[in-house]
Amino acid sequence: MSKPIYYQTAAELADQLSAGELTSEELVRAVIDRTKKVEPQVQAFLSFDEEDALAQARASDARRKEGKALGPLDGIPVGIKDVLAVTGQPLTCASRMLEKFVSPYDATCIQKLKQAGAVLWGRLNMDEFAMGSSTENSAFQQTGNPWDTDRIPGGSSGGSAACVAAGEAIVSLGSDTGGSIRQPAALCGVVGLKPSYGLVSRYGLVAFASSLDQIGPFARGVEDAALLLQGIAGHDPRDSTSYKTEIPDYRAALKEKKGPWKLGIPKEYFGEGLDPEVEKAVRGAIEFYRKSGCEIVEVSLPHTQYAVAVYYIIATAEASSNLARYDGVRYTRRSDKAADAIDLYFQTRAEGFGQEVKRRIILGTYVLSSGYYDAYYLRAQKVRTLIRDDFMKAFEKVDALLTPTSPVPAFKKGERTADPLAMYLSDIFTISTNLAGLPGISIPCGFTGSGLPIGLQILGQPFAEADLLAIARHYEQAHDHHQQHPNLD
Amino acid sequence: MKYEAVIGLEIHVQIKTASKMFTAAPVGFGEEPNTLTDPVVLALPGVLPVMNKKAIDQIIKSGLLLGCDIAPVCKWDRKNYFYPDNPKNYQISQYDRPICVGGKVEIEMPGPSRNVMGDHHFVELTRIHLEEDVGKLNHFDNDSLVDYNRAGTPLMEIVTEPVMHSPEEAFAFLTALKQAMIYAGISDCDMEKGQLRCDANISIRPAGETKLGVKVELKNLNSITGVRNGIEFEINRQIRAVEKGESLVQETRRWNAEQGITTPMRSKEMAHDYRYFPDPDLMPVEVDEDWKARLRAELPELPFEKQRRYFEQFDLPYTLTSVLVPDRKLSAYFEEAVAAHPDKPQAVANWIANDLLRELSTAGRSITDSPIAPSQIAGLVKLVDGGTISNNIAKEVFIHMFQTGKDPEVIVEEKGLKQSTDTGELETWADEAIANNPASVEAWLGGKETAVNFLKGQVMKASKGKANPQIVDKILKEKLGALR
Repeated sequence: MSKPIYYQTAAELADQLSAGELTSEELVRAVIDRTKKVEPQVQAFLSFDEEDALAQARASDARRKEGKALGPLDGIPVGIKDVLAVTGQPLTCASRMLEKFVSPYDATCIQKLKQAGAVLWGRLNMDEFAMGSSTENSAFQQTGNPWDTDRIPGGSSGGSAACVAAGEAIVSLGSDTGGSIRQPAALCGVVGLKPSYGLVSRYGLVAFASSLDQIGPFARGVEDAALLLQGIAGHDPRDSTSYKTEIPDYRAALKEKKGPWKLGIPKEYFGEGLDPEVEKAVRGAIEFYRKSGCEIVEVSLPHTQYAVAVYYIIATAEASSNLARYDGVRYTRRSDKAADAIDLYFQTRAEGFGQEVKRRIILGTYVLSSGYYDAYYLRAQKVRTLIRDDFMKAFEKVDALLTPTSPVPAFKKGERTADPLAMYLSDIFTISTNLAGLPGISIPCGFTGSGLPIGLQILGQPFAEADLLAIARHYEQAHDHHQQHPNLD
Repeated sequence: MKYEAVIGLEIHVQIKTASKMFTAAPVGFGEEPNTLTDPVVLALPGVLPVMNKKAIDQIIKSGLLLGCDIAPVCKWDRKNYFYPDNPKNYQISQYDRPICVGGKVEIEMPGPSRNVMGDHHFVELTRIHLEEDVGKLNHFDNDSLVDYNRAGTPLMEIVTEPVMHSPEEAFAFLTALKQAMIYAGISDCDMEKGQLRCDANISIRPAGETKLGVKVELKNLNSITGVRNGIEFEINRQIRAVEKGESLVQETRRWNAEQGITTPMRSKEMAHDYRYFPDPDLMPVEVDEDWKARLRAELPELPFEKQRRYFEQFDLPYTLTSVLVPDRKLSAYFEEAVAAHPDKPQAVANWIANDLLRELSTAGRSITDSPIAPSQIAGLVKLVDGGTISNNIAKEVFIHMFQTGKDPEVIVEEKGLKQSTDTGELETWADEAIANNPASVEAWLGGKETAVNFLKGQVMKASKGKANPQIVDKILKEKLGALR
């Protein structure tokens, strides 16, 4: 066998499992062994439970033996970002505040994965409460980018991206509020998809910014992303922002949808701050689409320049309220220094939250305050509508947009931690998508001279995931970036 | 100087539903602490609220009942503040677009006496909105414990315009509102269970002045008497302060029922900035005409409308309507009985308001498990009406009915209580009475009409009460007349 088990795709492994050439237990053992081997360098996992994973694998094998296999995800290890609730497992959000918290319930996407027979594997590192772009805001550990472990894996779903790139999981789940799936996927050289707002239930996803958060898949190929998305998408009565829409067969769409497509290049995404190597790789990908028969059109998204400002008002406003529940009263850490009830709040939150989380809570509290609400929050909501209108206008002319995912490849650990604004600009190409509620996918489209992965972002209309996946697959089939792996040995 | 008080009320009413406002956990009272909870009630990380449609139905119904405009969209906001009884540290509420706007409640002021109806007028409402209730703190010597059983219970906030001027008026408003809510099945409004809670905004101004004075918000008025006494104390406190030359400050005060005083809670400067913003977890819901029409069809007749109808349709006196109307089940019972015997609504009402309620109360039962059915009350009145039994016998029959649940006709038959109309027997008893009571006969012949009553009594006694008094009267007068 040319490829080790842990670097095969879920689609390939599913075939072997159903052919009886492989058991889930063998697969999970291979992934565990790989994890133990590379984890000292990568540090993608906050925790994992080998025995639990093996028990799930054996249950899958038993089902299969009885002819009751549940589908293509049955027996496949799926890494889980530590922001999704799984019964009986830690749910820390990489925060001291929830260091000892164990979830008594399942997120809806987790319930769905259980019903699909997937093996839930570990708790993946992230920026605390998903706030950050490098996973350096984790209260517990620094995850390394598998391509250069001195560099960051991106964030906030850095653990989810790194573990898939390093072969520590076959696929994984992350969450994306302003780019937290796509940006780390780009920086780690894997596929990452942020679904349309409302496609995947947010029930059981610890909220950062409710109107922006979405759960989505990481994979080492577009087909696997389609498989995992299939497993988690769909309306949920427990999330009233989840959308009632027919869920297509994403995997089948990869074969059915062949193009050619009309693709837009938003000129605002190719300006100042874009790394020349990243630009070259992305332009190369655009050229590929042109040569393969797609019509390439320049479009304009004129309100793009306001996206970061709008995002940091809306996201922090919602976060300031969403994170109010971590107060030392019920299930969180509780400070033992508190003098009285009010002091309990101050001390607990001072001890429990990291710098970036505090910064955003303060910012969000400020923009919602009486006298400032109209100038900040209300105005930001209006501009948000304009940003969405920009996209909808563009989609009158084109099927999808092609952009860089991140303006730069993975940077060095510590390089941007002192400058929050520089860190915020890492998400400059991904943030608008969340503000507009659109789906976006990042796929590997090359490497820098020093061997760091570069991502191509494809953005589509709401609920056009099937098209995005097909467009991405079209590129992937003609390239082998996604089949290259970091050297961790 | 004479002062006028200006009062506006903010009333919280728990809506009667099986489950909580934003989750399936059950609603209840008096259960073990923290048993009526789930991950959503406890605000665990990652949970989301989902609207309780029944609660929306109930508030729209309340709005329709009280003549409010119903907003075309039901939208939710977060009210942010830290307090241990508030699990999310924000409360889901409605801020700038309450679901019910305007409206009014008809109230009855106390009459000159209990038997005389007081004046009626309307108290205007500002708005009604929906929110979720909070938990409850229990304080002990060294620590405080919190019970989240109440947290998340659907709660309606009803705000009146500042248009009331006395504790009595506030009391009358609360009474009328409570009755309307109970009538429509929206809430049981049991203040002891916290199903109805009241805060008051109180200010005073020189009589004749139109500008509002400095407002004090009064909290913790946890009983009907608390509302009356608290408001009364606060009005007097403000007047005394002004008369002493002190200036009033805008503040929140707390009614201390044990000491009968109000004490400061927080000043205007310490007021919260609630940082309201639209709740991104809940989509606004459109309230269309069909929805409203469906709920309108379920609205009951309001108590005062019913009272007016009883005056007109049944010619009932105030003393009877004031017993029958406030209890919707009792008035339904009455109307069912009247329907079975429409000739004598007053007699039917009297039996229910006096005899039946007395017996029910003695037996500790409610109208819904009355051993006597409405049709049986009608049957009893019909027997009296048709001359089959006298009123006195009817009282006896009623007691048997209450004890056995048997039809009045059956009891009369079994006990042989039918009025005697056998004139032969009556004439014999009349002759005996005339023969044995010459003094009465003399008096009657001498022009004292009432003297016949004693003779009548003798005949009734001889008949053991079964004689028809009208017939006895007739026979006696004929026989006495013949003696002239």
